[in-house]
Amino acid sequence: MAAKTLTIDGKQISAEEGASVLQAASEAGITIPTLCHLEGVYDVGACRLCLIEVKGIPKLLPACTTKVAEGMEVSTDSERLRKYRRMTLELLFAERNHVCAVCVANGHCELQTLAYSLGMDHVRYDYNFPKWGVDTTHRLFGMDHNRCILCARCVRTCWHVEGAGTKNVAGRGSKSKIISDLNQPWGHSESCTECGKCVMSCPTGALFRKGSTVGESERDRTKLEFIVTAREKKQWNA
Amino acid sequence: MSKRIVIDPVTRIEGHAKISIFMDDAGNVADAEFHVVEFRGFEKFCEGRPYTEMPGITQRICGICPISHTLASAKAGDALMSVNIPPAADKLRRLLNLGQFIQSHALSFFHLSAPDFLLGWDTPPAQRNVFGIINSNADLARAGIRLRQFGQEIIEVLAGKKVHPAWAVPGGVRSSLTPEGRAKIKAWLPEAYATTKVALDLFKKTLQSHKAEVQIFGNFPSLFMGLTTPDGTWEHHGSKLRFTDSSGSIIADQVDVANYKEYIGESVQNASYLKSPYYLSLGFPDGIYRVGPLARLNIAEQMGVPQADEELKKFKKLGRGAVTSSFLYHYARLIEILAAIEYTERYMDDPELSSSYLRADAGINSLTGVGASEAPRGTLFHDYTVDREGLLQKVNLIVATGQNNLAMNQTVAQIARHYIRGNNVSEAMLNRVEHGIRCYDPCLSCSTHAVGQMPLHVQLVAPDGQVINEVMRG
Repeated sequence: MAAKTLTIDGKQISAEEGASVLQAASEAGITIPTLCHLEGVYDVGACRLCLIEVKGIPKLLPACTTKVAEGMEVSTDSERLRKYRRMTLELLFAERNHVCAVCVANGHCELQTLAYSLGMDHVRYDYNFPKWGVDTTHRLFGMDHNRCILCARCVRTCWHVEGAGTKNVAGRGSKSKIISDLNQPWGHSESCTECGKCVMSCPTGALFRKGSTVGESERDRTKLEFIVTAREKKQWNA
Repeated sequence: MSKRIVIDPVTRIEGHAKISIFMDDAGNVADAEFHVVEFRGFEKFCEGRPYTEMPGITQRICGICPISHTLASAKAGDALMSVNIPPAADKLRRLLNLGQFIQSHALSFFHLSAPDFLLGWDTPPAQRNVFGIINSNADLARAGIRLRQFGQEIIEVLAGKKVHPAWAVPGGVRSSLTPEGRAKIKAWLPEAYATTKVALDLFKKTLQSHKAEVQIFGNFPSLFMGLTTPDGTWEHHGSKLRFTDSSGSIIADQVDVANYKEYIGESVQNASYLKSPYYLSLGFPDGIYRVGPLARLNIAEQMGVPQADEELKKFKKLGRGAVTSSFLYHYARLIEILAAIEYTERYMDDPELSSSYLRADAGINSLTGVGASEAPRGTLFHDYTVDREGLLQKVNLIVATGQNNLAMNQTVAQIARHYIRGNNVSEAMLNRVEHGIRCYDPCLSCSTHAVGQMPLHVQLVAPDGQVINEVMRG
C-alpha cells in the first residue's frame, strides 16, 4: 500500500494510505482528544472531540474519519480548536444528567477526564435536566441513560466485536436512546449473550455492573483490543 | 392574616433558620416557633435511582455528618438485600462512626457552642466565635481543633477521604484498616484523651457558673429515644430502639428499627420545612421526644467502657430519673467523645479489622428496607422501598434534627419567655435564643456560627398578627 506524506503540527509524517489522521497522529506520538473512538471498532465521528484544522479547508474535520492525503497540513491544537472542543464538552454535560460525585465511573470516566484536561471549569449552557430512566432489568448489568453521551461505542462493540447485535440507537437528536433488541428491557433481550463487552466499552458510567457503587466502574479496554487483534491478526498478545 | 407567615426559601444552603415569637396582650411571650427555611428534596429526587448509589447520594445531605447518612443508607441497603454483613465490615463501620462522633462533637463543643459560655453571652458577636477562643485560650482552641482532626483522620484512614467517602456500601464496606492506619490512630489516642479530659473539667466548672442556663435552656419533661443493646448499654450503630420517659422509666424497649413507624408519627407544619416526628401513642404534640447525646445517655444504663462509665454516673446525678435540661447536651456530648475514644482504642487491638472478607453479595430480597444508625445529633432512619430491579420507589428519611424539632420549639419558647419583656429584642437575648437551638447541634447551625453569625431572623408578633419588632442577622 502506498505511503502518504503529510505534516501534523509542523511534524513531517509518513502514513499508510487509507489510515485516518487520528491513527497517523497517534503513531507519531501526537495526542488528539477523543471520546467516541475506541481501539478495535470502526470510527463514526460522532463526538466531534477530535476535530482538526486542515490547511485549505475552511471547516473543521474529525481526525478519526478523515483519511490521510499527500501533502496534507494538519493542525491538532489551536485557540479555535480548544474553543470548539470545550463547547462540545459543555454541550455533552448540559444535554443529560451527569453527576460525577455519585457516579459509578467517578475517577475512571473519559468524559470527566477530558473535562479536566481541556480546562472545563463550568458549563455556560442551561442544563436540560431530561427525565431519563435506569434499566436494571438485566441480571448482571445496568444502563443509566442519564449518563449516556450517545457515542455508540457499545453498539459498535456489540455488533462488531461480540457479533450479537443487541444494542442499537433509537430515536433522533437529543432524544436518541441506546436500546436493547427492539426497545425491550435489557433483561428481556433474547440476543444478549451477557458478555459484558458493552460495559467495557462505555466511556462514562452509563453502562455498569450491577451492585457497583461510586467510582467502582474501572474498565479494562485492552480486552476488546485483545479480542480484535486475535481475530484479525491471529495474534494473542496479552 | 399575618405578613409573617409567607416565607419563601431564600437560600438552599444549610444554616438558615427563622424564629417567630408571639406576644400576648400584656406584652409577654405567649409562644415561639422555630422554622427551618431550607428546601432540599432528597426524598423526591432519589426516586428512580439504584439503591446501591444511595450511600453516595444521601451523604451529600450534609458536609458535617455525611458518615451518618452513608452508614444509615448502607444499612438500609443491607436490609433490602436481607444480608448479615461480614463481622469485620460491621466493626469497621462502627469505627468509622466513632470517628464521626469525635469530629462532629468536637466541632459542636469547641467551635460552635463553647464561645457562648466560655466568652460570655454578651460578648460582641465579632469575637464570640472560635477566633475569640483562640485569642483568649490558644491552647484550648488548638486542642479542640486537633480533637476534631483526630475524628476526621479516623474517617480518612478507613474510607480514603474525610468528607463524602465512597466506602460504606450495601452489604459491607470496601476496604479494611491498614497497618499504617492502625499505627496512625493509635498514636493520636493519648492526645485525644487529654483534650477530652480538659474539656470535661472545663464544662463541669461552667456548670457551676451557669445554673440558670441549666434551668432555662430547654429544661422540660419529654421522652428520650435512641439505640441500645439488649442489656441497655450505650449504642451508636446497630441494635434496637429504646424509649424512656423523663422519670427514667422504659416505655418501649428493643424495638426493631424496621418497625419505627409503629412508634413514631411525622407531623408537617406549614411554617417549616422540617418535619416534626412524635411518639405515636401519645399523639402530636404530646409525644415530644428528644434524641442525640442527652437522650442516648438518658436511655443507657452503662457506656460499656470504664472512663465514660465513671462520667455517666456523675451525669445521671444531674437529673431525677432522666436529665431533662437541654443545656446538658454539651456535657453528654463530651462523655460520648470519651466513650468513642475508648471504643476506638479497643478496636486498635482487634485483628479482625484487617480482614479482607468485607462485603456480602446478594440481589434484592426485600422490597422495603430500613437502616438506622446513631448520628452525633441523634437517631437517623433511612427507609427505602424499591422495585424488583432495585430502583427506588419511595424514600423516607427521618433525621435527628427533625426529631428534636418539637423540643427545639419548646426550648426557644422557654428562653424567650424568660428573657423577653415588652417589645425590645437585644442582640444578647437573640444569642441566648440561638444557643437554645445550638444545644441540639442541629445541622443548620453547622456552617454559620463559626464565623460569628448565624443567619437568624427573630420576629415579635402581636396577638393580631402584626409584626411589632424584628431583628435580622446574616
